[in-house]
Amino acid sequence: MKNNIKTLRAAFQLTQSDLAEKIEVSRQTVNAIEKGKFDPSLPTAFRLAAVFNCSIEELFIYESEE
Amino acid sequence: MSSELYINQKSNSMNSKFIASRNRLAKWSLAWVFTTALVTFGSQFLWDSQIITVLSISISLAVGVGMVLANRKFVNDGDELQRKIQLESMALTLGLAVVVGIAYSQLDTTNLIKADAEISVLILFMGITYIFCVFFNSRRYS
Repeated sequence: MKNNIKTLRAAFQLTQSDLAEKIEVSRQTVNAIEKGKFDPSLPTAFRLAAVFNCSIEELFIYESEE
Repeated sequence: MSSELYINQKSNSMNSKFIASRNRLAKWSLAWVFTTALVTFGSQFLWDSQIITVLSISISLAVGVGMVLANRKFVNDGDELQRKIQLESMALTLGLAVVVGIAYSQLDTTNLIKADAEISVLILFMGITYIFCVFFNSRRYS
């Protein structure tokens, strides 16, 4: 699943560590989510949306696996 | 207290909780290795009493239960990616231990190897497999 987290994080001037602290995960997890290697849980997605003050749909772009 | 400050404090306490769980697991694991070694070598070199042997095995079992509980807490204290890495590593380790363990046992029962199949070899295999799985899974998500 693609996402706009890296762009938004840069716009909000946050490091991966800053964002990790805000959404209660490790920096490695933020890095994996940004690179699209790991899809976060729904609570983490909501916390990300709260940090960037946007909706989940604005953060993540769903791609069908077909 | 602002929500941002609350989240930061909660996150910091989560990180310190995870590190504390990891350290606790390391201490329990060392204690279990020590008690296991005590049972093995103590009965050979230190004492000649079955009561002491039974007592030391009981202590080793109790410490082993503590280690298992510490491992569960360690896994639960990780975030979702860390739990996924642990779950995948444990699944691979368990699967390989069953498959390789049975094959190793069959090598013994069919007399294809001269030495007896020892459980310690299987435990060593599981330990090495688990370390490799955690290493490669961590790299996969980094």
